Amino acid sequence: MSTMESNLFTATRRSVLKGAAALTVAFWLPPAKRAFADAAGTSNELVPNAFLRIGADDSITVISKHLEMGQGVYTGLATIVAEELDADWRQVRVEGAPADASKYNNTAWGPIQGTGGSTSIANSFEQLTKAGATARALLVAAAAQRWKVPAQEITIESGIVQHAASGKRARFGELVADAAKLPVPVDAKPKDPSQYRLIGQPRPRVDSREKSTGTALYTQDVRLPGMLTAVVLHPPRFGAKVKSFDAAKAKQMRGVHSVVAFETPVRSGVAVLATDFWSAKKARDALVVEWDETNAFRGSSDELLAQYRELAQKPGDSARNDGNVAEALGKAARVLEATYEVPYLSHASMEPLNCVVRIGKDECEVWNGEQFQTADQMAVAKLLGIPQTSVKIHQLYAGGSFGRRANPLSDYVLEAAAIAKAAGVTVPVKLVWTREDDLRAGFFRPMFVHTLKAGLDAQGQLIAWQHRIVGQSILAGTLFGGPGPIDPVSVEGAANLPYAIPNLSVELHSPKIPVPVQWWRSVGSTHTAFATECFLDEIARATGKDPYLFRRELLANHPRHLAVLDLAVEKSGWKNKLAPDEALGLAVHESFGSVVAEVAHLRKRSDGIKLERVTCAVDCGLAINPNIVAMQMEGGIGYGLSATLDGLVTLKDGRVEQGNFDDYPVLRMSQMPPVDVHIVPRREKPSGVGEPSTPVIAPALCNGLAVLTGQPIRSLPLSAQGIRLV
Amino acid sequence: MPTLTINGTKYQTDADPDTPLLWVLRDFLGLTGSKFGCGKALCGACTVHIDGAPTRSCVLPISAVENAQITTIEGIANSPIGKAVQEAWIAEDVPQCGYCQSGQIMSAVALLSTNREPSDADIDAAMSGNICRCATYGRIRAAIKRAAASLA
Repeated sequence: MSTMESNLFTATRRSVLKGAAALTVAFWLPPAKRAFADAAGTSNELVPNAFLRIGADDSITVISKHLEMGQGVYTGLATIVAEELDADWRQVRVEGAPADASKYNNTAWGPIQGTGGSTSIANSFEQLTKAGATARALLVAAAAQRWKVPAQEITIESGIVQHAASGKRARFGELVADAAKLPVPVDAKPKDPSQYRLIGQPRPRVDSREKSTGTALYTQDVRLPGMLTAVVLHPPRFGAKVKSFDAAKAKQMRGVHSVVAFETPVRSGVAVLATDFWSAKKARDALVVEWDETNAFRGSSDELLAQYRELAQKPGDSARNDGNVAEALGKAARVLEATYEVPYLSHASMEPLNCVVRIGKDECEVWNGEQFQTADQMAVAKLLGIPQTSVKIHQLYAGGSFGRRANPLSDYVLEAAAIAKAAGVTVPVKLVWTREDDLRAGFFRPMFVHTLKAGLDAQGQLIAWQHRIVGQSILAGTLFGGPGPIDPVSVEGAANLPYAIPNLSVELHSPKIPVPVQWWRSVGSTHTAFATECFLDEIARATGKDPYLFRRELLANHPRHLAVLDLAVEKSGWKNKLAPDEALGLAVHESFGSVVAEVAHLRKRSDGIKLERVTCAVDCGLAINPNIVAMQMEGGIGYGLSATLDGLVTLKDGRVEQGNFDDYPVLRMSQMPPVDVHIVPRREKPSGVGEPSTPVIAPALCNGLAVLTGQPIRSLPLSAQGIRLV
Repeated sequence: MPTLTINGTKYQTDADPDTPLLWVLRDFLGLTGSKFGCGKALCGACTVHIDGAPTRSCVLPISAVENAQITTIEGIANSPIGKAVQEAWIAEDVPQCGYCQSGQIMSAVALLSTNREPSDADIDAAMSGNICRCATYGRIRAAIKRAAASLA
């Protein structure tokens, strides 16, 4: 680890430990250079801080430090700024920030710039209310000075600054030149929430039009003068390296520029650079490569599963230990036990991974739907031997990510840079992975085995809960990795189980397997929610208790959980009498600071079981934009449902057995149930919405299926259990 | 040199005749609205219209479409149905990441071109070849119905 990396590591740990949320102090910056616009921008702008510009044309450009990969952050972040300015929503534009952690760090992560963990709104909220309030104060001060009236008598209404008594009015653009000459106030007060006009109201997204007309730009769409496209041949097994390759045939093919071997700390391979994708791909398919598989992983997922099951029988490292579980289980009148298993999963975003890199003399440019600026900057800088600040990153939209574009080892970004370096070209190189490259390159949601034991006393009260978790660590070896044996994301959702159980233990085994793993939408909760919420229902069924009332009993000290449970139950008709062919499944789970409850409505029809509807209740603190909260609940449920039904990556003799949407099926139109979303009204600081609905659908659905079929579901996906919904 | 008629305009391209239409659109002609998602006609992100019929352009060699009328997302607003579908997409705030939406819109326009009052089952059938990993399916369904209503 370099000094820079270790400093970053230390600083991150420190700020995480302190829970510090650094507030960026407003300061002057020159107008940002636009990545794709002409350089002749007006200098007649108000740029009160790093997060917005107001133009003479009244436009308000909000600079988003976060990637827009679908979760609506451009809209949400802009809403916060527009609210403080009392802007007309039509004035608002959004632009992706450059890579510069000194201004655009994720305050939830310390000095690192990046998007993830459903933190975008939560970590930006105070920063942007302050940024917007500062800009507002400047506009008001400029108007007060011009009209010679007291600043406190000036109001702003839909983008018009006005003084009621004198009838004076001005547009933002008419004030920016004067406002820009004033000192930036350091104590501008954000609005009181009772004055909100935009926040809390459903607003349309800022990116709907360009995404409905094919004009939104993704990395895949970047075209630059002289640009070459690189298509790669990856090794067939993790850890294999290029021994030799024969590119004679490939090099003779039309459009081919060069063929190079590359190696990064993540993987080795051969790349064809050509004038266009199809030429590069045809030549790639003509390559003959001999691989050195000395250190290649040749295991299978079946063997791993068997090992994990054995490990789950042994005590692991303790992540939580309340009371005395062994003693309580020993004296329990009844002990229930169940093992839950989940497979490797691919993120399978619609846009296969790609990245554009241009290497210049002592500097480098990257075009990317960039989710992890600081890590990628550092990795590329190290590879090229240039300072981190000499790696410029141009932000684009990402066609999904679900975590994958924030690779802890910068795998695909580094690969693009390594190929451009190996080719020795100064023109931009666009690395484009095929779907198969994307699915087989690893960085999967890890496979997990959970073994749970519950002890009940003679009255049927839950007195003991033993939970053993087996699965690879995601954080070990990354910027977020800690020194101890417990990877917090392996046990998140389990070690903080909210249920009041006097004797409760959570243990972890983190086997080291050379299959690359990564965070996948809702990370640890993807599997802990399945195991804990299904097991809780099994206990309820075994003791003849209503799963809703049973949870309620155990959640007396968790008002947010109770509120979402009650809301989901009320809206779903949980208490209504059901027809014999109907069943409801319930689950509740907290992740990323938000609590979500879901009820799955199932019906047994002549042709099979149908998931007819999902009722979702969420507490995400202050809902900046209820429309986007609803979209994220809907989408997160669909993403989780896809994995529950069919998500399965398997390995055989070290090879990934799936490659495309034919053998890695994902959710389609006819499988998506209607979702009704209900938001608990809150004034507290906003918490995450991009991920928290995802982990809840698997247990909600499986709990409903268990009621309907009489068989508990303990392994995913359902298709591998022979269960298919209609 | 192959000539293609795209959105009413004739383009000449020196791409090999076996090149899939998608890559000619994207890499040779700069029409990047049609997306690459799978390369095997499994996801629908590359959907265009060939003489009005929704077609996966990622497996369609240009040699097969030299005499056809090709319509892409860039030209779909020229038809009243295309315009109505795009406006419905915006009104329902369908897109999240947005990457699949060009293909979704092309499939939806083709559906409404032959069926002005699609049932849920009709929508399922017509849209089953278009994957959305953000699972915007509920809003896609609502947008198709909204567009149908606006065209009635």
